[in-house]
Amino acid sequence: MTSPVLSVCDLAVSFRLDRTWQSVVSDLSFDIGAGETVAIVGESGSGKSVTALAVMRLLPVNARIEGNIALADRQLLALREEDMRRVRGNEISMIFQEPMTSLNPVLTIGFQIAEALIYHRGLSRHQAEAEALRILDRVRIPAARQRLHDYPHRFSGGMRQRVMIAMALACRPKLLIADEPTTSLDVTTQAQILTLIKALQDEDGMSVLFITHDMGVVAEIADRVLVLRNGRKIELDTAPSVFALPKHPYTRSLLSAVPKLGDTRGHATPVHFPVNGTTGVSALTVPVTSTVDETSRPVLEVSGLTARFDIRSGLVRRVTSRVHAIENVSFSIRAGETLALVGESGCGKSTTGRSVLRLVQPTAGTIIFDGTDLGKLTRAELRTVRRRMQMVFQDPFASLNPKMTVGAAIAEPMVVHGLADPATALDRVAALLFKVGLTPDMASRFPHEFSGGQRQRLCIARALGLSPLLIVADEAVSALDVSIKAQVINLLMNLQAELGLAYLFISHDIAVVERVSHRIAVMYLGEIVEIGPRAAVIENAQHPYTRKLIQAVPIPDPRRRAERRGLANEEIPSPVRPADYVSPPRTYREVSPGHVVQEWH
Amino acid sequence: MTVAAPRSLRMPARYLLRSALNAFNTNKTSWVGLVLFSLIALAALLAPLLAPHDPIEQNVLAKLRPPTSDHPLGTDSFGRDILSRLLYGARVSLVIGFVATLAAMAVGSAIGLFAGWYGHRFDALVMQVMDVLLAFPSLILGLLIVAMLGPSMTNIIAAIALTSVPAFARIARAPTIAVKQREYVEACRALGYSDARIMLRHILPNIFPEILVMGSLWLANAIRTEASLAFIGLGVKPPTATWGGMIREGFENILDSAWLTLAPGFAILVVVFSLNLLGDGLRDAVDPRLRGEA
Amino acid sequence: MAAFIIRRLGFAVVTLLAVLTLVFVLVRIVPGDPAQVILGDQASRDAILAMRVRLGLDRPLWAQYVEFLSGAVQGNWGASMVTGRPVIEEVLRVLPWTIELTCASLLLGAVIGVPLGVWAAVRRNRLTDYIARIASLLGLSFPPFVSAILLLFGFAILVPLFPVISATTGSISAWWQAIALPAINLGLITAAYITRVTRSAMLEVLSEDYVRTARAKGVPWHVVIWRHALRNALIPIITVFGLYLSILIGNSVLTEIVFNRPGLGKLIVGALNQRDYTMLQGMMVIYTLIVVLVNLATDLAYAFVDPRIKLQ
Repeated sequence: MTSPVLSVCDLAVSFRLDRTWQSVVSDLSFDIGAGETVAIVGESGSGKSVTALAVMRLLPVNARIEGNIALADRQLLALREEDMRRVRGNEISMIFQEPMTSLNPVLTIGFQIAEALIYHRGLSRHQAEAEALRILDRVRIPAARQRLHDYPHRFSGGMRQRVMIAMALACRPKLLIADEPTTSLDVTTQAQILTLIKALQDEDGMSVLFITHDMGVVAEIADRVLVLRNGRKIELDTAPSVFALPKHPYTRSLLSAVPKLGDTRGHATPVHFPVNGTTGVSALTVPVTSTVDETSRPVLEVSGLTARFDIRSGLVRRVTSRVHAIENVSFSIRAGETLALVGESGCGKSTTGRSVLRLVQPTAGTIIFDGTDLGKLTRAELRTVRRRMQMVFQDPFASLNPKMTVGAAIAEPMVVHGLADPATALDRVAALLFKVGLTPDMASRFPHEFSGGQRQRLCIARALGLSPLLIVADEAVSALDVSIKAQVINLLMNLQAELGLAYLFISHDIAVVERVSHRIAVMYLGEIVEIGPRAAVIENAQHPYTRKLIQAVPIPDPRRRAERRGLANEEIPSPVRPADYVSPPRTYREVSPGHVVQEWH
Repeated sequence: MTVAAPRSLRMPARYLLRSALNAFNTNKTSWVGLVLFSLIALAALLAPLLAPHDPIEQNVLAKLRPPTSDHPLGTDSFGRDILSRLLYGARVSLVIGFVATLAAMAVGSAIGLFAGWYGHRFDALVMQVMDVLLAFPSLILGLLIVAMLGPSMTNIIAAIALTSVPAFARIARAPTIAVKQREYVEACRALGYSDARIMLRHILPNIFPEILVMGSLWLANAIRTEASLAFIGLGVKPPTATWGGMIREGFENILDSAWLTLAPGFAILVVVFSLNLLGDGLRDAVDPRLRGEA
Repeated sequence: MAAFIIRRLGFAVVTLLAVLTLVFVLVRIVPGDPAQVILGDQASRDAILAMRVRLGLDRPLWAQYVEFLSGAVQGNWGASMVTGRPVIEEVLRVLPWTIELTCASLLLGAVIGVPLGVWAAVRRNRLTDYIARIASLLGLSFPPFVSAILLLFGFAILVPLFPVISATTGSISAWWQAIALPAINLGLITAAYITRVTRSAMLEVLSEDYVRTARAKGVPWHVVIWRHALRNALIPIITVFGLYLSILIGNSVLTEIVFNRPGLGKLIVGALNQRDYTMLQGMMVIYTLIVVLVNLATDLAYAFVDPRIKLQ
């Protein structure tokens, strides 16, 4: 066994806050061999990012690092700052999570890539930019020569991440540290970036330290896996071992909370997550009865829903083009049923949810809610109808008014709509808090005192106060940690069984959607390209986009890694169309009962 | 197991107190500013008790004297006691400053809030008007108004308030737009709340800290502007003591006595500086990024 | 980019028009009869009537307005009621002095303020930052006329390095003598503002992701500060600049009064004291013209610094 490229020994990191030292990472040891990919996995607060920044010595001034970090045979922690600077970007490179803000907006990308070469290899600006062009080709950016002198704002998220990778690889480092590089990207873009990193790694013989919270990604790319929790090493082993025979209960419970595409095969109804924090035993539980109310009229019937937003430019602010956010969308949801809207960014799923709730004014189409045509209502009438349909948003930290106690926030809708007066509201708030798994004494606290998962439960409680018929969950669990995600989803399913709620579940995560939904609708560029019962859409996907989407989902099982095929490098086209654009007519084909596909050419 | 139920849904008063304390403790210099300013405000309030002499009582025999035990800060060109005039002058400056700033804060913030909330044409129109007002150099505009309408207390307050309104409109509008896009405001719309309720109970409490901080900084500005106006000769008419007027007088007699200039000059500096310390220190506490909420 | 410029120009024109109207209205709100004020209490009725005709005050209000506007556009801003000379001539006579002082103070302010602000941001929460913050806060707390008087007192009277009246011309040293104290007064206050703005802009920029990226690339720290950070910080600094101008004008008025230096400031105060209405009108117009032009310039500078606007 050759000597490791990076060797971390007894690493301990603490931060000084308010005069006390708080330990963030302790007793951490691991190493990375040449050409090897090690994944660090953990939930928020596990210390994975801190570890990466410690290796690069990029932690803020109030941090203290102890232990040994050795690059080949050099002690990194003992280096002077100037010598460490020569290591950064040269022998060890790092790419970060947010491609939209990680590039300097006032410098061209060509220059930003060339900079590493200028400072580490002593090239002239001209030579460095020529080399930058070569690197841009390596990361498969189309029309690289023209784009060399473009500014970052002209690139999409996926493209910017490629530029980041180009910057990192310019000096052919021995080790690449990737801190959640694909977390903010669409699943198809994520697949492309992962393939790219793997290819470049093979070309250069580079080692990769990959940080992520997504077990599926880990299974895709890692040779060895390091599981962290609260800054401590829980498990370190080869990927197949960790997935097949997890030793630590925490690893087991983490894996059990990860939705795997195909888990619900054979089950007609949605399936709970087998969450058992203590034993970590994985057991699929099956709800006994179906919650769907087949007999009465559907709660929500949408037909021909279209929303287009004008873009005005030029001197007189003429409408030059339009964003075709949703085009001719139709679906229905019954009481007790969950319809999932799946798609990538820009497909219009969020806009659909907002249009149903009238937060966005649709350009055309009808929405019939509980038998009432929403388009024909006055503002006052709409207000009353609004009670029965509620929304839970994506960002648990921005969904509650920071200046209001959570009790007041939950009680307010009931008071506003006259369902309770301030005296009785107190009891109802207590009841609602119980229902979502919290305690009534929390009512007098403020949102910042709760965790993300708890805040999301509070938002659900607020929505339930009005006894709605329909809840639109817009990426409601996307921002939560894996295990919390599972718990909140279980809560939603329990509430559905208990109250007969209908859900419009909007998400980009097909694996989660597979658990939760009765039916799935796949959206692309504002249109529904495929809709049908969950099993039909996932196991018998017809439309090429649906297939591409399903194929791009990383499978949290290393044994199935070879199933991944090479993916094309296209970007998702933009939904902006010229002002005089006329949508081509679409035809639909029924594949099996309830499973409809849009014809493509 | 029984869990204690909440006693009421009202905002606990101790929370307000605690968040105010936290705000001050974020940047300790705000305490210094608060204490300094309070001392001065107290001195102004107690002027009738503290002043050794009548501020407008003249004594032609004792013109431009340096400090003595009888006149701790000396006398001016009419033989009036500088210390007493200083204390009474504080009243004028503080009253004008407070009233003008409060008026501008109320009107300007309302304008900014409405403009930010309703957006589109209304917003564009309102901000255009505000920008026009801002195009006037504020001191010049103030000069003009006071010169035209006459230097009375009301007119000075009106002039200073008018020049401060656009700033408050801007200061209220930007965070309104930011908060408007937050999910909790969208949730309010989805919950069917009226515009008035959303603006009053959800937006205003969240932009209020920033407005308040701006208020203290503009109070400093208002006091300085009032003194500038008085210096030019457009302050409250003599014989009422104003700091600016005293400096004007002192400037004319600078070769004979420096005290007439230095005392009120120092006083203005201390008041404005303490308010700036206060507002600036609080600004760190109010910055949404540092608060960890954004 | 072209559309952006044209839109800003359009706005500038609208602003100017609005200001002119406001000025017109304001000057006529004055209680009392201007003609009477000029001629004094002893004037006869006929003299007053004749004066009103001369001033154009007998015409209907809308006619006066049209005359005023068309005159303003053509550069004819009437004649001073006191000296009889055309307003525009008076203004042009003192304009160079004001421009000179303004430029000198801006230069001084930027040369001191920007490096100090950058330094304070880089050394955040250490002693130097603390001192810079307190010093700049102190600097902008100073009422400009107080600091002017102190400077005058200190360096022209106690220690007679400079003349008391800053209006001599001729040799370079005389020019220097005349401009030094006023420029230092305004310059230090400007430096205080610029330090604060630079510091807060730099702090914000230094916490951005792209600065972290630059460090992760191994770019030397001083390059990170000056090329990566400061160029982005310039955007808010330039924006604040336009707002600061209004304050600067007010400050320069006070400075000119204290140092007895010719300039727009002294002119306007003189006009106020003497109730010279046409002069006042003209002064307001020129001040607003300056502010609008400078705001336009800063908008354009902003567009040049930020490529996101340049390429729109």
